[in-house]
Amino acid sequence: MSRRITAFRAAALTLGFGFLYLPIALLVAYSFNASRLVAVWGGWSLHWYGALAGDDKFKDAALNSLKIGVMAASLALVLGTCAGFVIERFTRFRGRLVFSFMLMAPLVVPEVILGLSLLLLFVASQAWLGWPPGRGIMTVTIAHATFGSCFVAVLVRAQLAGFDRILEEAALDLGARPLSVLWRVTLPGIRPALVSGWLLAFTLSLDDLVVASFVSGPSATTLPMAVYSSVRIGVTPEINALATVFLGAVIVLVALAFSLIARQERRRLAAG
Amino acid sequence: MSAWGWRRWLLIGPPFLWLAVFFLLPLGVVAAISLTQAADAIPPYTPLLTHGPNGLELQASLANYREIANGDLRAYGNSLVFAGVATVLCLLVGYPIAFAIARAPKAWRNPLLFLVILPFWTSLLIRVYAWIAILQPTGLLNRALAALGLINSPILLIYNDFSVVLGLVYGYLPFMILPLYGSLSQLDENLVEAAADLGARPARVFFAVVLPLSVPGIIAGALLVFIPAIGEFVIPDLLGGPGTLMVGKVLWQQFFDNVDWPSAAAIAMVMVAMLTAPLLLAQRFVERPHSSRMGANET
Repeated sequence: MSRRITAFRAAALTLGFGFLYLPIALLVAYSFNASRLVAVWGGWSLHWYGALAGDDKFKDAALNSLKIGVMAASLALVLGTCAGFVIERFTRFRGRLVFSFMLMAPLVVPEVILGLSLLLLFVASQAWLGWPPGRGIMTVTIAHATFGSCFVAVLVRAQLAGFDRILEEAALDLGARPLSVLWRVTLPGIRPALVSGWLLAFTLSLDDLVVASFVSGPSATTLPMAVYSSVRIGVTPEINALATVFLGAVIVLVALAFSLIARQERRRLAAG
Repeated sequence: MSAWGWRRWLLIGPPFLWLAVFFLLPLGVVAAISLTQAADAIPPYTPLLTHGPNGLELQASLANYREIANGDLRAYGNSLVFAGVATVLCLLVGYPIAFAIARAPKAWRNPLLFLVILPFWTSLLIRVYAWIAILQPTGLLNRALAALGLINSPILLIYNDFSVVLGLVYGYLPFMILPLYGSLSQLDENLVEAAADLGARPARVFFAVVLPLSVPGIIAGALLVFIPAIGEFVIPDLLGGPGTLMVGKVLWQQFFDNVDWPSAAAIAMVMVAMLTAPLLLAQRFVERPHSSRMGANET
Protein backbone atom coordinates (compact mmCIF):
# COMPACT_ATOMS: atom_id res chain seq x y z
CA MET A 1 0.00 0.00 0.00
CA SER A 2 2.99 2.28 -0.22
CA ARG A 3 3.15 5.36 -2.39
CA ARG A 4 4.93 4.01 -5.41
CA ILE A 5 4.19 2.73 -8.85
CA THR A 6 3.75 -1.04 -8.89
CA ALA A 7 3.31 -3.05 -12.09
CA PHE A 8 -0.46 -3.22 -11.52
CA ARG A 9 -0.79 0.51 -10.98
CA ALA A 10 1.40 1.30 -13.98
CA ALA A 11 -0.77 -0.96 -16.12
CA ALA A 12 -3.97 0.70 -14.81
CA LEU A 13 -2.61 4.15 -15.62
CA THR A 14 -1.28 3.19 -19.05
CA LEU A 15 -4.46 1.43 -20.16
CA GLY A 16 -6.69 4.10 -18.61
CA PHE A 17 -4.96 7.03 -20.20
CA GLY A 18 -4.56 5.10 -23.45
CA PHE A 19 -8.33 4.65 -23.56
CA LEU A 20 -8.93 8.34 -22.81
CA TYR A 21 -6.36 9.78 -25.19
CA LEU A 22 -5.85 7.32 -28.07
CA PRO A 23 -9.03 8.34 -29.96
CA ILE A 24 -8.07 12.00 -29.64
CA ALA A 25 -4.51 11.28 -30.79
CA LEU A 26 -5.78 9.37 -33.84
CA LEU A 27 -8.17 12.18 -34.72
CA VAL A 28 -5.33 14.69 -34.57
CA ALA A 29 -2.99 12.46 -36.59
CA TYR A 30 -5.56 11.93 -39.35
CA SER A 31 -6.20 15.66 -39.69
CA PHE A 32 -2.73 15.76 -41.31
CA ASN A 33 -3.66 12.98 -43.72
CA ALA A 34 -3.31 13.74 -47.41
CA SER A 35 -5.91 11.12 -48.32
CA ARG A 36 -9.62 11.90 -48.48
CA LEU A 37 -10.38 8.49 -47.04
CA VAL A 38 -10.48 8.60 -43.28
CA ALA A 39 -8.76 5.32 -42.52
CA VAL A 40 -6.20 5.27 -45.31
CA TRP A 41 -2.92 7.01 -44.64
CA GLY A 42 -1.84 8.97 -47.72
CA GLY A 43 1.12 10.84 -46.26
CA TRP A 44 1.45 14.09 -44.34
CA SER A 45 -0.38 17.15 -45.60
CA LEU A 46 -1.79 20.46 -44.40
CA HIS A 47 -4.39 20.38 -47.14
CA TRP A 48 -7.40 20.16 -44.80
CA TYR A 49 -6.25 23.12 -42.75
CA GLY A 50 -6.18 25.16 -45.94
CA ALA A 51 -9.70 24.00 -46.78
CA LEU A 52 -10.82 24.89 -43.27
CA ALA A 53 -9.35 28.41 -43.46
CA GLY A 54 -11.42 29.09 -46.57
CA ASP A 55 -14.68 27.92 -44.99
CA ASP A 56 -16.74 30.91 -43.81
CA LYS A 57 -19.44 28.76 -42.25
CA PHE A 58 -17.15 27.75 -39.41
CA LYS A 59 -15.63 31.22 -39.00
CA ASP A 60 -18.99 32.89 -38.25
CA ALA A 61 -20.00 30.06 -35.92
CA ALA A 62 -16.68 30.29 -34.06
CA LEU A 63 -17.17 34.03 -33.58
CA ASN A 64 -20.66 33.48 -32.16
CA SER A 65 -19.32 30.81 -29.81
CA LEU A 66 -16.54 33.08 -28.57
CA LYS A 67 -18.93 35.95 -27.86
CA ILE A 68 -21.35 33.68 -26.02
CA GLY A 69 -18.53 31.96 -24.13
CA VAL A 70 -16.97 35.19 -22.81
CA MET A 71 -20.31 36.69 -21.73
CA ALA A 72 -21.69 33.46 -20.24
CA ALA A 73 -18.46 32.71 -18.33
CA SER A 74 -18.30 36.22 -16.88
CA LEU A 75 -21.92 36.07 -15.76
CA ALA A 76 -21.40 32.57 -14.39
CA LEU A 77 -18.32 33.74 -12.47
CA VAL A 78 -20.28 36.45 -10.62
CA LEU A 79 -23.31 34.26 -9.89
CA GLY A 80 -21.30 31.15 -9.09
CA THR A 81 -18.90 32.97 -6.75
CA CYS A 82 -21.82 34.39 -4.75
CA ALA A 83 -23.46 30.97 -4.71
CA GLY A 84 -20.30 29.11 -3.67
CA PHE A 85 -19.64 31.60 -0.87
CA VAL A 86 -23.24 31.43 0.34
CA ILE A 87 -23.43 27.65 0.40
CA GLU A 88 -20.07 27.28 2.16
CA ARG A 89 -20.36 30.07 4.72
CA PHE A 90 -24.07 30.57 5.45
CA THR A 91 -25.02 27.28 7.05
CA ARG A 92 -28.52 28.36 7.99
CA PHE A 93 -30.96 30.49 6.04
CA ARG A 94 -34.48 30.17 4.77
CA GLY A 95 -34.46 28.29 1.48
CA ARG A 96 -30.98 26.80 1.85
CA LEU A 97 -32.16 23.31 0.92
CA VAL A 98 -33.83 24.54 -2.26
CA PHE A 99 -30.76 26.63 -3.01
CA SER A 100 -28.36 23.71 -2.67
CA PHE A 101 -30.64 21.55 -4.82
CA MET A 102 -30.75 24.20 -7.57
CA LEU A 103 -26.95 24.41 -7.45
CA MET A 104 -26.42 20.65 -7.67
CA ALA A 105 -29.14 19.52 -10.07
CA PRO A 106 -27.95 21.38 -13.21
CA LEU A 107 -24.59 19.59 -12.85
CA VAL A 108 -26.18 16.22 -13.57
CA VAL A 109 -29.61 16.82 -15.15
CA PRO A 110 -29.48 15.67 -18.81
CA GLU A 111 -28.79 18.48 -21.25
CA VAL A 112 -31.91 17.77 -23.31
CA ILE A 113 -34.03 18.64 -20.25
CA LEU A 114 -32.09 21.86 -19.54
CA GLY A 115 -32.33 22.89 -23.19
CA LEU A 116 -35.99 22.05 -23.74
CA SER A 117 -37.15 23.59 -20.45
CA LEU A 118 -35.32 26.88 -21.06
CA LEU A 119 -36.61 27.08 -24.61
CA LEU A 120 -40.20 26.58 -23.45
CA LEU A 121 -39.66 29.27 -20.80
CA PHE A 122 -38.29 31.72 -23.37
CA VAL A 123 -41.17 31.04 -25.75
CA ALA A 124 -43.83 31.38 -23.05
CA SER A 125 -42.30 34.54 -21.63
CA GLN A 126 -42.01 36.04 -25.11
CA ALA A 127 -45.73 35.40 -25.63
CA TRP A 128 -46.73 36.87 -22.25
CA LEU A 129 -44.13 39.52 -21.48
CA GLY A 130 -42.66 40.25 -24.88
CA TRP A 131 -39.23 39.27 -23.56
CA PRO A 132 -36.84 37.98 -24.83
CA PRO A 133 -37.41 39.71 -28.19
CA GLY A 134 -35.94 36.81 -30.12
CA ARG A 135 -33.77 33.77 -29.70
CA GLY A 136 -30.08 33.90 -30.43
CA ILE A 137 -26.86 34.94 -28.76
CA MET A 138 -28.59 36.33 -25.67
CA THR A 139 -30.74 33.30 -24.93
CA VAL A 140 -27.79 30.92 -25.40
CA THR A 141 -25.72 33.14 -23.08
CA ILE A 142 -28.39 32.97 -20.37
CA ALA A 143 -28.61 29.19 -20.69
CA HIS A 144 -24.84 28.72 -20.53
CA ALA A 145 -24.47 31.13 -17.59
CA THR A 146 -27.06 29.06 -15.70
CA PHE A 147 -25.22 25.74 -15.73
CA GLY A 148 -21.83 27.47 -15.79
CA SER A 149 -22.55 29.19 -12.48
CA CYS A 150 -23.21 25.83 -10.80
CA PHE A 151 -19.78 24.57 -11.88
CA VAL A 152 -18.12 27.79 -10.71
CA ALA A 153 -19.87 27.38 -7.35
CA VAL A 154 -18.40 23.88 -6.94
CA LEU A 155 -14.83 25.17 -7.47
CA VAL A 156 -15.30 28.27 -5.30
CA ARG A 157 -16.84 26.21 -2.52
CA ALA A 158 -14.06 23.63 -2.61
CA GLN A 159 -11.37 26.28 -2.30
CA LEU A 160 -13.24 28.22 0.40
CA ALA A 161 -13.45 25.04 2.47
CA GLY A 162 -9.66 24.91 2.57
CA PHE A 163 -9.23 28.67 3.05
CA ASP A 164 -7.93 29.85 6.39
CA ARG A 165 -10.60 32.09 7.92
CA ILE A 166 -8.21 33.72 10.40
CA LEU A 167 -7.47 36.57 8.00
CA GLU A 168 -11.17 37.22 7.49
CA GLU A 169 -11.85 37.18 11.21
CA ALA A 170 -8.92 39.50 11.88
CA ALA A 171 -10.22 41.99 9.32
CA LEU A 172 -13.72 41.81 10.84
CA ASP A 173 -12.30 42.31 14.35
CA LEU A 174 -10.47 45.37 13.10
CA GLY A 175 -13.81 46.81 12.07
CA ALA A 176 -13.96 46.09 8.34
CA ARG A 177 -17.43 45.55 6.90
CA PRO A 178 -18.19 42.00 5.76
CA LEU A 179 -18.61 42.96 2.09
CA SER A 180 -15.26 44.70 2.00
CA VAL A 181 -13.64 41.71 3.74
CA LEU A 182 -15.12 39.51 1.04
CA TRP A 183 -13.80 41.81 -1.67
CA ARG A 184 -10.35 42.51 -0.23
CA VAL A 185 -9.48 39.34 1.68
CA THR A 186 -11.57 36.37 0.61
CA LEU A 187 -11.73 36.86 -3.16
CA PRO A 188 -7.98 37.48 -3.59
CA GLY A 189 -7.39 34.39 -1.46
CA ILE A 190 -9.43 32.15 -3.75
CA ARG A 191 -8.12 33.58 -7.02
CA PRO A 192 -7.16 30.16 -8.45
CA ALA A 193 -10.77 28.98 -8.10
CA LEU A 194 -11.99 32.16 -9.78
CA VAL A 195 -9.60 31.73 -12.72
CA SER A 196 -10.34 28.05 -13.21
CA GLY A 197 -14.07 28.66 -12.65
CA TRP A 198 -14.24 31.26 -15.40
CA LEU A 199 -12.24 29.02 -17.69
CA LEU A 200 -14.41 26.00 -16.98
CA ALA A 201 -17.60 27.97 -17.64
CA PHE A 202 -16.03 29.31 -20.84
CA THR A 203 -15.02 25.90 -22.20
CA LEU A 204 -18.34 24.33 -21.18
CA SER A 205 -20.09 27.06 -23.16
CA LEU A 206 -17.75 26.57 -26.10
CA ASP A 207 -18.37 22.79 -26.07
CA ASP A 208 -22.13 22.78 -25.64
CA LEU A 209 -24.18 21.41 -28.51
CA VAL A 210 -27.45 20.24 -27.00
CA VAL A 211 -28.61 23.22 -24.92
CA ALA A 212 -27.57 25.71 -27.61
CA SER A 213 -29.46 23.76 -30.28
CA PHE A 214 -32.66 24.16 -28.28
CA VAL A 215 -32.42 27.79 -27.18
CA SER A 216 -30.70 29.34 -30.19
CA GLY A 217 -32.52 30.85 -33.12
CA PRO A 218 -31.75 30.75 -36.83
CA SER A 219 -29.53 33.83 -36.52
CA ALA A 220 -26.98 32.35 -34.13
CA THR A 221 -25.31 29.08 -35.07
CA THR A 222 -22.58 28.15 -32.59
CA LEU A 223 -19.43 26.21 -33.47
CA PRO A 224 -20.62 22.86 -32.05
CA MET A 225 -23.89 23.26 -33.98
CA ALA A 226 -21.94 23.82 -37.22
CA VAL A 227 -19.68 20.86 -36.44
CA TYR A 228 -22.66 18.65 -35.63
CA SER A 229 -24.44 19.36 -38.90
CA SER A 230 -21.24 18.42 -40.78
CA VAL A 231 -20.60 15.34 -38.65
CA ARG A 232 -24.07 13.98 -39.40
CA ILE A 233 -23.13 13.84 -43.05
CA GLY A 234 -20.06 11.77 -42.30
CA VAL A 235 -16.47 11.81 -41.14
CA THR A 236 -14.41 14.26 -43.18
CA PRO A 237 -10.76 15.23 -42.80
CA GLU A 238 -11.81 18.89 -42.69
CA ILE A 239 -13.76 18.24 -39.46
CA ASN A 240 -10.66 16.47 -38.14
CA ALA A 241 -8.65 19.63 -38.83
CA LEU A 242 -11.28 21.81 -37.15
CA ALA A 243 -11.45 19.48 -34.16
CA THR A 244 -7.66 19.58 -33.86
CA VAL A 245 -7.58 23.38 -33.86
CA PHE A 246 -10.39 23.43 -31.31
CA LEU A 247 -8.82 20.82 -29.02
CA GLY A 248 -5.43 22.49 -29.33
CA ALA A 249 -6.81 25.90 -28.37
CA VAL A 250 -8.70 24.57 -25.35
CA ILE A 251 -5.80 22.43 -24.12
CA VAL A 252 -3.25 25.25 -24.46
CA LEU A 253 -5.59 27.67 -22.68
CA VAL A 254 -6.31 25.27 -19.82
CA ALA A 255 -2.68 24.16 -19.43
CA LEU A 256 -1.53 27.78 -19.40
CA ALA A 257 -4.06 28.77 -16.77
CA PHE A 258 -3.20 25.83 -14.54
CA SER A 259 0.53 26.40 -14.75
CA LEU A 260 -0.03 30.08 -13.88
CA ILE A 261 -2.13 29.06 -10.89
CA ALA A 262 0.48 26.51 -9.81
CA ARG A 263 3.28 29.05 -10.07
CA GLN A 264 1.29 31.61 -8.10
CA GLU A 265 0.59 29.04 -5.42
CA ARG A 266 4.26 28.13 -5.15
CA ARG A 267 5.24 31.79 -4.87
CA ARG A 268 2.61 32.33 -2.20
CA LEU A 269 3.82 29.32 -0.23
CA ALA A 270 7.42 30.47 -0.58
CA ALA A 271 6.51 33.96 0.64
CA GLY A 272 4.41 32.74 3.54
CA MET B 1 -21.60 34.91 9.90
CA SER B 2 -23.38 37.06 12.45
CA ALA B 3 -21.50 40.08 11.09
CA TRP B 4 -23.43 39.75 7.86
CA GLY B 5 -26.97 40.29 9.15
CA TRP B 6 -29.38 41.34 6.41
CA ARG B 7 -26.46 41.89 4.03
CA ARG B 8 -26.19 38.19 3.33
CA TRP B 9 -29.29 38.48 1.16
CA LEU B 10 -27.21 40.65 -1.19
CA LEU B 11 -25.17 37.53 -1.92
CA ILE B 12 -27.95 34.95 -1.69
CA GLY B 13 -30.41 36.93 -3.81
CA PRO B 14 -28.81 37.10 -7.28
CA PRO B 15 -27.85 33.42 -7.71
CA PHE B 16 -31.03 32.25 -5.96
CA LEU B 17 -33.32 34.30 -8.21
CA TRP B 18 -31.32 33.43 -11.32
CA LEU B 19 -31.52 29.70 -10.69
CA ALA B 20 -35.18 29.90 -9.64
CA VAL B 21 -36.08 31.72 -12.87
CA PHE B 22 -33.80 29.87 -15.30
CA PHE B 23 -33.72 26.37 -13.80
CA LEU B 24 -36.70 25.69 -11.50
CA LEU B 25 -39.38 27.75 -13.26
CA PRO B 26 -38.60 26.22 -16.71
CA LEU B 27 -39.26 22.75 -15.24
CA GLY B 28 -42.71 24.01 -14.25
CA VAL B 29 -43.27 25.33 -17.77
CA VAL B 30 -42.33 21.91 -19.16
CA ALA B 31 -44.87 20.28 -16.86
CA ALA B 32 -47.56 22.71 -18.09
CA ILE B 33 -46.79 22.34 -21.80
CA SER B 34 -46.72 18.55 -21.48
CA LEU B 35 -50.49 18.78 -20.85
CA THR B 36 -51.20 20.59 -24.14
CA GLN B 37 -51.41 19.29 -27.71
CA ALA B 38 -49.24 19.95 -30.72
CA ALA B 39 -50.80 22.52 -33.05
CA ASP B 40 -50.01 24.24 -36.31
CA ALA B 41 -49.43 27.59 -34.65
CA ILE B 42 -46.80 29.85 -33.14
CA PRO B 43 -45.79 28.57 -30.61
CA PRO B 44 -46.66 25.09 -31.89
CA TYR B 45 -48.97 23.94 -29.10
CA THR B 46 -52.59 24.50 -28.01
CA PRO B 47 -53.09 27.06 -25.22
CA LEU B 48 -53.47 25.63 -21.72
CA LEU B 49 -56.04 28.28 -20.76
CA THR B 50 -58.81 29.40 -23.12
CA HIS B 51 -61.64 31.91 -22.85
CA GLY B 52 -64.91 29.96 -22.86
CA PRO B 53 -68.51 30.85 -22.03
CA ASN B 54 -67.78 30.20 -18.36
CA GLY B 55 -64.66 32.36 -18.23
CA LEU B 56 -61.19 30.86 -18.24
CA GLU B 57 -61.13 27.16 -18.99
CA LEU B 58 -58.27 24.76 -18.38
CA GLN B 59 -57.51 22.66 -21.43
CA ALA B 60 -55.24 20.06 -19.89
CA SER B 61 -54.98 16.53 -21.18
CA LEU B 62 -52.88 13.53 -20.34
CA ALA B 63 -52.91 12.38 -23.97
CA ASN B 64 -49.16 12.78 -24.37
CA TYR B 65 -48.49 10.55 -21.37
CA ARG B 66 -51.00 7.95 -22.62
CA GLU B 67 -49.22 8.00 -25.94
CA ILE B 68 -45.89 7.32 -24.24
CA ALA B 69 -47.33 4.50 -22.09
CA ASN B 70 -49.00 2.83 -25.09
CA GLY B 71 -46.09 3.40 -27.44
CA ASP B 72 -42.69 1.85 -27.86
CA LEU B 73 -41.00 1.78 -24.48
CA ARG B 74 -37.75 0.29 -25.74
CA ALA B 75 -35.96 3.65 -25.67
CA TYR B 76 -36.72 4.00 -21.94
CA GLY B 77 -35.54 0.47 -21.21
CA ASN B 78 -32.44 1.03 -23.32
CA SER B 79 -31.64 4.24 -21.44
CA LEU B 80 -31.85 2.53 -18.05
CA VAL B 81 -29.88 -0.55 -19.17
CA PHE B 82 -27.18 1.32 -21.11
CA ALA B 83 -26.73 3.91 -18.35
CA GLY B 84 -26.60 1.12 -15.74
CA VAL B 85 -24.10 -1.02 -17.64
CA ALA B 86 -21.97 2.04 -18.43
CA THR B 87 -21.97 3.00 -14.73
CA VAL B 88 -20.76 -0.45 -13.68
CA LEU B 89 -18.09 -0.50 -16.40
CA CYS B 90 -16.95 3.02 -15.47
CA LEU B 91 -16.56 1.82 -11.89
CA LEU B 92 -14.56 -1.27 -12.94
CA VAL B 93 -12.34 0.74 -15.28
CA GLY B 94 -12.13 3.86 -13.13
CA TYR B 95 -11.39 2.27 -9.76
CA PRO B 96 -7.91 0.96 -10.64
CA ILE B 97 -7.06 4.30 -12.25
CA ALA B 98 -8.27 6.34 -9.26
CA PHE B 99 -6.47 3.94 -6.92
CA ALA B 100 -3.22 4.17 -8.86
CA ILE B 101 -3.38 7.98 -8.86
CA ALA B 102 -4.17 8.14 -5.13
CA ARG B 103 -1.19 5.86 -4.40
CA ALA B 104 1.21 7.53 -6.83
CA PRO B 105 4.16 9.59 -5.56
CA LYS B 106 2.96 12.99 -4.42
CA ALA B 107 4.58 14.92 -7.26
CA TRP B 108 2.77 12.78 -9.84
CA ARG B 109 -0.69 13.09 -8.44
CA ASN B 110 -1.69 16.54 -9.63
CA PRO B 111 -0.41 16.08 -13.19
CA LEU B 112 -2.19 12.70 -13.41
CA LEU B 113 -5.39 14.20 -12.05
CA PHE B 114 -5.08 17.01 -14.58
CA LEU B 115 -4.89 14.42 -17.36
CA VAL B 116 -8.13 12.85 -16.08
CA ILE B 117 -9.91 16.21 -16.02
CA LEU B 118 -8.58 17.51 -19.34
CA PRO B 119 -10.94 15.52 -21.60
CA PHE B 120 -13.85 16.98 -19.62
CA TRP B 121 -12.76 20.46 -20.76
CA THR B 122 -12.81 19.45 -24.40
CA SER B 123 -15.81 18.87 -26.58
CA LEU B 124 -17.75 15.63 -26.04
CA LEU B 125 -19.03 15.97 -29.59
CA ILE B 126 -15.47 15.88 -30.94
CA ARG B 127 -14.39 13.05 -28.66
CA VAL B 128 -17.38 10.92 -29.67
CA TYR B 129 -16.83 11.82 -33.30
CA ALA B 130 -13.28 10.49 -32.99
CA TRP B 131 -14.71 7.03 -32.29
CA ILE B 132 -16.64 6.94 -35.56
CA ALA B 133 -13.40 6.85 -37.55
CA ILE B 134 -12.14 4.04 -35.31
CA LEU B 135 -15.26 1.87 -35.23
CA GLN B 136 -16.85 2.19 -38.66
CA PRO B 137 -16.66 -0.86 -41.04
CA THR B 138 -13.83 0.74 -43.03
CA GLY B 139 -12.41 2.23 -39.84
CA LEU B 140 -9.08 1.92 -38.11
CA LEU B 141 -9.99 -0.93 -35.79
CA ASN B 142 -11.39 -3.16 -38.53
CA ARG B 143 -8.35 -2.46 -40.70
CA ALA B 144 -6.00 -3.20 -37.83
CA LEU B 145 -7.75 -6.49 -37.07
CA ALA B 146 -7.72 -7.45 -40.75
CA ALA B 147 -4.05 -6.57 -41.08
CA LEU B 148 -3.29 -8.82 -38.12
CA GLY B 149 -5.21 -11.61 -39.85
CA LEU B 150 -7.74 -11.88 -37.01
CA ILE B 151 -10.79 -11.23 -39.18
CA ASN B 152 -11.56 -11.83 -42.86
CA SER B 153 -14.42 -9.39 -43.34
CA PRO B 154 -15.21 -6.25 -41.35
CA ILE B 155 -17.11 -6.90 -38.10
CA LEU B 156 -19.92 -4.65 -36.94
CA LEU B 157 -18.53 -2.40 -34.23
CA ILE B 158 -20.73 0.67 -34.59
CA TYR B 159 -24.45 1.57 -34.55
CA ASN B 160 -25.17 -1.15 -31.97
CA ASP B 161 -25.35 -1.67 -28.20
CA PHE B 162 -21.60 -2.12 -28.00
CA SER B 163 -20.71 1.24 -29.52
CA VAL B 164 -23.27 3.16 -27.45
CA VAL B 165 -22.08 1.66 -24.14
CA LEU B 166 -18.45 2.17 -25.19
CA GLY B 167 -19.23 5.81 -25.95
CA LEU B 168 -20.95 6.29 -22.58
CA VAL B 169 -18.04 4.75 -20.68
CA TYR B 170 -15.57 6.86 -22.64
CA GLY B 171 -17.54 10.08 -22.19
CA TYR B 172 -18.31 9.70 -18.50
CA LEU B 173 -15.20 7.96 -17.13
CA PRO B 174 -13.70 11.19 -15.69
CA PHE B 175 -16.87 11.75 -13.63
CA MET B 176 -16.31 8.37 -11.98
CA ILE B 177 -12.58 8.77 -11.40
CA LEU B 178 -12.73 12.16 -9.66
CA PRO B 179 -15.02 11.29 -6.71
CA LEU B 180 -13.30 7.89 -6.36
CA TYR B 181 -9.97 9.68 -6.15
CA GLY B 182 -11.50 12.04 -3.59
CA SER B 183 -12.44 9.11 -1.34
CA LEU B 184 -9.27 7.10 -1.88
CA SER B 185 -6.88 9.99 -1.33
CA GLN B 186 -8.45 10.72 2.07
CA LEU B 187 -8.15 7.13 3.17
CA ASP B 188 -6.40 6.82 6.50
CA GLU B 189 -3.09 5.11 5.76
CA ASN B 190 -2.87 3.80 9.33
CA LEU B 191 -5.94 1.59 8.88
CA VAL B 192 -4.41 -0.02 5.82
CA GLU B 193 -1.09 -0.58 7.57
CA ALA B 194 -2.78 -1.93 10.68
CA ALA B 195 -4.67 -4.51 8.62
CA ALA B 196 -1.48 -5.52 6.83
CA ASP B 197 0.45 -5.73 10.11
CA LEU B 198 -2.23 -8.01 11.52
CA GLY B 199 -1.53 -10.40 8.68
CA ALA B 200 -4.20 -9.60 6.12
CA ARG B 201 -3.15 -10.31 2.54
CA PRO B 202 -3.35 -7.39 0.06
CA ALA B 203 -6.62 -8.70 -1.42
CA ARG B 204 -8.17 -8.99 2.04
CA VAL B 205 -6.94 -5.49 2.96
CA PHE B 206 -8.55 -4.18 -0.17
CA PHE B 207 -11.96 -5.84 0.28
CA ALA B 208 -12.16 -5.42 4.07
CA VAL B 209 -10.71 -1.92 4.46
CA VAL B 210 -10.14 0.07 1.28
CA LEU B 211 -13.32 -0.80 -0.61
CA PRO B 212 -15.80 -0.15 2.25
CA LEU B 213 -14.14 3.18 3.05
CA SER B 214 -14.45 4.31 -0.57
CA VAL B 215 -18.22 3.68 -0.73
CA PRO B 216 -19.10 7.41 -0.61
CA GLY B 217 -16.87 7.96 -3.64
CA ILE B 218 -18.40 4.99 -5.44
CA ILE B 219 -21.94 6.25 -4.86
CA ALA B 220 -21.09 9.82 -5.87
CA GLY B 221 -19.29 8.62 -9.00
CA ALA B 222 -22.11 6.24 -9.94
CA LEU B 223 -24.67 9.05 -9.68
CA LEU B 224 -22.51 11.47 -11.68
CA VAL B 225 -22.36 8.88 -14.48
CA PHE B 226 -25.85 7.35 -14.29
CA ILE B 227 -28.00 10.49 -14.13
CA PRO B 228 -26.63 12.38 -17.15
CA ALA B 229 -26.09 9.14 -19.11
CA ILE B 230 -29.85 8.38 -18.93
CA GLY B 231 -30.63 11.43 -21.03
CA GLU B 232 -27.54 11.44 -23.22
CA PHE B 233 -28.14 12.59 -26.79
CA VAL B 234 -24.85 12.98 -28.65
CA ILE B 235 -23.57 9.45 -27.96
CA PRO B 236 -26.65 7.43 -29.07
CA ASP B 237 -27.07 9.83 -31.99
CA LEU B 238 -23.55 9.46 -33.38
CA LEU B 239 -22.68 5.92 -32.29
CA GLY B 240 -26.13 4.30 -32.05
CA GLY B 241 -28.46 2.81 -34.65
CA PRO B 242 -32.23 2.50 -34.97
CA GLY B 243 -32.23 -0.37 -32.46
CA THR B 244 -30.32 1.54 -29.80
CA LEU B 245 -32.59 4.51 -29.23
CA MET B 246 -32.32 6.27 -25.89
CA VAL B 247 -34.80 8.69 -24.30
CA GLY B 248 -32.63 11.74 -24.93
CA LYS B 249 -32.65 11.03 -28.65
CA VAL B 250 -36.40 10.33 -28.75
CA LEU B 251 -37.01 13.68 -27.07
CA TRP B 252 -34.74 15.38 -29.61
CA GLN B 253 -36.55 13.74 -32.53
CA GLN B 254 -40.00 14.69 -31.21
CA PHE B 255 -38.86 18.28 -30.81
CA PHE B 256 -36.76 18.90 -33.92
CA ASP B 257 -37.99 16.35 -36.48
CA ASN B 258 -41.70 16.06 -35.58
CA VAL B 259 -42.06 19.59 -34.10
CA ASP B 260 -44.22 18.03 -31.38
CA TRP B 261 -43.24 20.20 -28.41
CA PRO B 262 -45.89 18.94 -25.95
CA SER B 263 -44.89 15.34 -26.53
CA ALA B 264 -41.20 16.27 -26.07
CA ALA B 265 -42.21 18.01 -22.84
CA ALA B 266 -44.02 14.87 -21.64
CA ILE B 267 -40.92 12.78 -22.37
CA ALA B 268 -38.86 15.28 -20.36
CA MET B 269 -41.30 14.90 -17.44
CA VAL B 270 -41.00 11.11 -17.58
CA MET B 271 -37.22 11.52 -17.53
CA VAL B 272 -37.45 13.85 -14.52
CA ALA B 273 -39.57 11.21 -12.77
CA MET B 274 -36.99 8.54 -13.59
CA LEU B 275 -34.26 10.77 -12.17
CA THR B 276 -35.97 12.01 -9.01
CA ALA B 277 -34.73 9.25 -6.72
CA PRO B 278 -31.11 9.36 -7.95
CA LEU B 279 -31.18 13.17 -7.80
CA LEU B 280 -32.31 13.20 -4.18
CA LEU B 281 -29.60 10.67 -3.38
CA ALA B 282 -27.09 12.85 -5.20
CA GLN B 283 -28.18 15.81 -3.07
CA ARG B 284 -26.92 13.84 -0.06
CA PHE B 285 -23.76 12.30 -1.48
CA VAL B 286 -22.48 14.77 -4.03
CA GLU B 287 -23.58 17.91 -2.30
CA ARG B 288 -22.40 17.15 1.22
CA PRO B 289 -19.62 14.56 1.12
CA HIS B 290 -18.34 15.68 4.52
CA SER B 291 -21.52 15.19 6.48
CA SER B 292 -22.17 11.81 4.91
CA ARG B 293 -18.73 10.71 6.04
CA MET B 294 -18.90 12.06 9.54
CA GLY B 295 -22.46 11.06 10.26
CA ALA B 296 -25.53 13.12 10.91
CA ASN B 297 -23.96 15.94 12.86
CA GLU B 298 -25.71 18.63 10.85
CA THR B 299 -29.46 18.38 10.79
